[in-house]
Amino acid sequence: MKRKIVSVLMCASMTAALFAGCGGSSDTAADAPANDAAADKAEDKADDAAADDAAADDAAADDAAADDAAADDAAAGGSDGGTITIGFAQVGHESDWRTASTKSCQDVFSTENGYDLQFVDCDNDAAAQIEAVRGFIQQAVDYIIIDPIVSTGWDTVLTECEDAGIPVIVIDRTIDDSDKYVSWVGSNFKTEGLAAGEWLKAYAAEKGISEINALVIEGSTGASATLGRTEGFKEIADANGWTILDSQTGDFTEAGGQEVMESYCKSYEGKFNVVVCQNDNEAFGAMTAMKNAGVEYGVGKDVIVISFDACTAGLEKVMSGDINADFECNPLAAPDVEKVIQTLESGGTPEKEIYMTEHWYVNEDILSSITVDGQEQPLTVVTQEIIDAQY
Amino acid sequence: MSKLKKITGMNLFLPVFCMILVMLVNVIFDIANGNFAFNFFTISLRNGMLYGRLIDILNRGSEIAILAIGMTLVVSASAGTDISVGSVMSLAASFCCMLLAGYGVASTSELAMPLIIGVLGGILMGCVCGAFNGFLVAYLNVQPMVATLILFSAARAIGLLLCNNLIVYVRNDSFGFFGGFLGPIPTPIVIAALCILVMSLLLRYTALGLYVQSVGINKKASRIAGINSAKIIFLCYIVCGLCAGIAGIVASSRITSADSNNIGLNFELDAILAVALGGNSLGGGKFRLAGSIIGAYTIQAITTTLYALGVSTEQAPVYKAIVVILIVTIQAPPFKAFVKRLSAKRELTKGGAAA
Repeated sequence: MKRKIVSVLMCASMTAALFAGCGGSSDTAADAPANDAAADKAEDKADDAAADDAAADDAAADDAAADDAAADDAAAGGSDGGTITIGFAQVGHESDWRTASTKSCQDVFSTENGYDLQFVDCDNDAAAQIEAVRGFIQQAVDYIIIDPIVSTGWDTVLTECEDAGIPVIVIDRTIDDSDKYVSWVGSNFKTEGLAAGEWLKAYAAEKGISEINALVIEGSTGASATLGRTEGFKEIADANGWTILDSQTGDFTEAGGQEVMESYCKSYEGKFNVVVCQNDNEAFGAMTAMKNAGVEYGVGKDVIVISFDACTAGLEKVMSGDINADFECNPLAAPDVEKVIQTLESGGTPEKEIYMTEHWYVNEDILSSITVDGQEQPLTVVTQEIIDAQY
Repeated sequence: MSKLKKITGMNLFLPVFCMILVMLVNVIFDIANGNFAFNFFTISLRNGMLYGRLIDILNRGSEIAILAIGMTLVVSASAGTDISVGSVMSLAASFCCMLLAGYGVASTSELAMPLIIGVLGGILMGCVCGAFNGFLVAYLNVQPMVATLILFSAARAIGLLLCNNLIVYVRNDSFGFFGGFLGPIPTPIVIAALCILVMSLLLRYTALGLYVQSVGINKKASRIAGINSAKIIFLCYIVCGLCAGIAGIVASSRITSADSNNIGLNFELDAILAVALGGNSLGGGKFRLAGSIIGAYTIQAITTTLYALGVSTEQAPVYKAIVVILIVTIQAPPFKAFVKRLSAKRELTKGGAAA
């Protein structure tokens, strides 16, 4: 059915091109090289009958039929006029978050939606990723999506893309040494940190907690998520005179979070009332450590637990009241990337930096929204439906 | 004086001395902060479980200690290191969790199989990896570093395949036991103690230790003397794989999940460092198991101390490096000789003054 719609649309655009003149129609043909035969035929006919509008309409109608048949025939061949080829060089498969990111792309850029996705898992090897991008240039794909493993060393290969006329869209992580890409789609980690701070401020005011003594379990040293979340939370903490007792890395792992929290429990026994874990896995580890040390944590207990990422397992803990608030880091970049591609297809210029919508999940229904960076943003109370729908 | 000499002359004096030195830093820190001087060493019962920094060191150091047992034998017998242990840990954990959760299941609280099958399966996987390494080194004469490099890079990837590229959560209390508590004592401590006990009994009451050392000192001569050198080396690698398997189960049980990407990450380096800190030569031959074990706990003591001091995470590796450099220097033969010369000189001047 979708194929039919696509082919009808194509015909319509060809007819339109006829009126506009031959220059336009050759563009359409270039966009649909796979359908050369049908397109050429249509164009020949159109050229012959260029003087006669009625004949041209006939030809277009003929072409519609031919195109339909061709589309049906070509179904086995796999490509028809509307297919957009996309090369995606993914970081690897190191976490649930990454898996969700990959799946999002595979779902959105599926054959059914009229895309041909060339997916390369680069296994955290920066050199392999650059090779993958070069491979995409060789294959002459229409668009390239990169989730850069490292932030530097991209200028050469992006210049090659530019020379080949292939637009590059960067997702998630950033490229620092080149701006030869169309757009970047990702999360604003600092906003996540700010949101956590703003929520804590509002929550403490609501609960009548006057003094905040926070312990932070950071992510991997130097990671952009770590830097952004630390910076954002610290900004609010400094502005409100909160004490950050300590801030050490848990490497984004459960074992790391456990070990750091085990030490915190001894160093700051009875002195802290907030624990900020920069991802869910660290929060799981920290909770085990606090349980073993006999520290009461969670909703309505001594210690407030704040986490980031909001994966399914994390949201389950929010619902059970072990984590007070979880700040999402949205892995589903593909829908936004598709919007960028659609903008480009229609000849528009997309924005250079696109921040994805993210949700702030909480357990209690006592606050409805918080103001982050001057913007009012809603808080979502976790329910079973939300957990089921999460990645 | 002679008593002091006796103590300093003891085999394990230096490794123990270094460990105590590391821990003394905490006493100084506590005093400087106006805390009770032995805060670091206080052990108490909390929730019916042992609680304290020393317990943390023993608990968290378990994996490295278990790995160090196998690593010591491998280093001694083949004059090379097994750099695959960290990856093998991850593979054993992944295999165990895959058995327990069922293939392709990302999260479960029900065990798909009896616990014992999963655990033994994981440990067996470790042994198989060890046997693979051992075969390459002992029978094909591949250099140990090269032979174990294969599994170093492959084992983690195999683990990911087994887990369908996911972190497999086995949120079941019975599985959590191996990383939890046995009565008041953390189970990893018990497991590590058992491993150490079994191995030291084996070394004491069989000729295994002697064979391993003789093969390590001179492989050819040992063979001529009637020892099946290849078989001994093969055996050492299997034991090393076995240890990696056990360590993998403990690490995975701690977090009741198989995090293939992170379990045992860089543990091979810590295990090798433990052997070196224990005063063992990485050139093979004579070895002291106790030294390696002390080395393992020293490494953990450094980590725990850095946590206790609240050293910022960016700087921690630097401090760790400085401590390691100090320990290695103190144990280096030229330094030992220098100290000896110095004390001899003092003795001489003292003797001169008396005369």
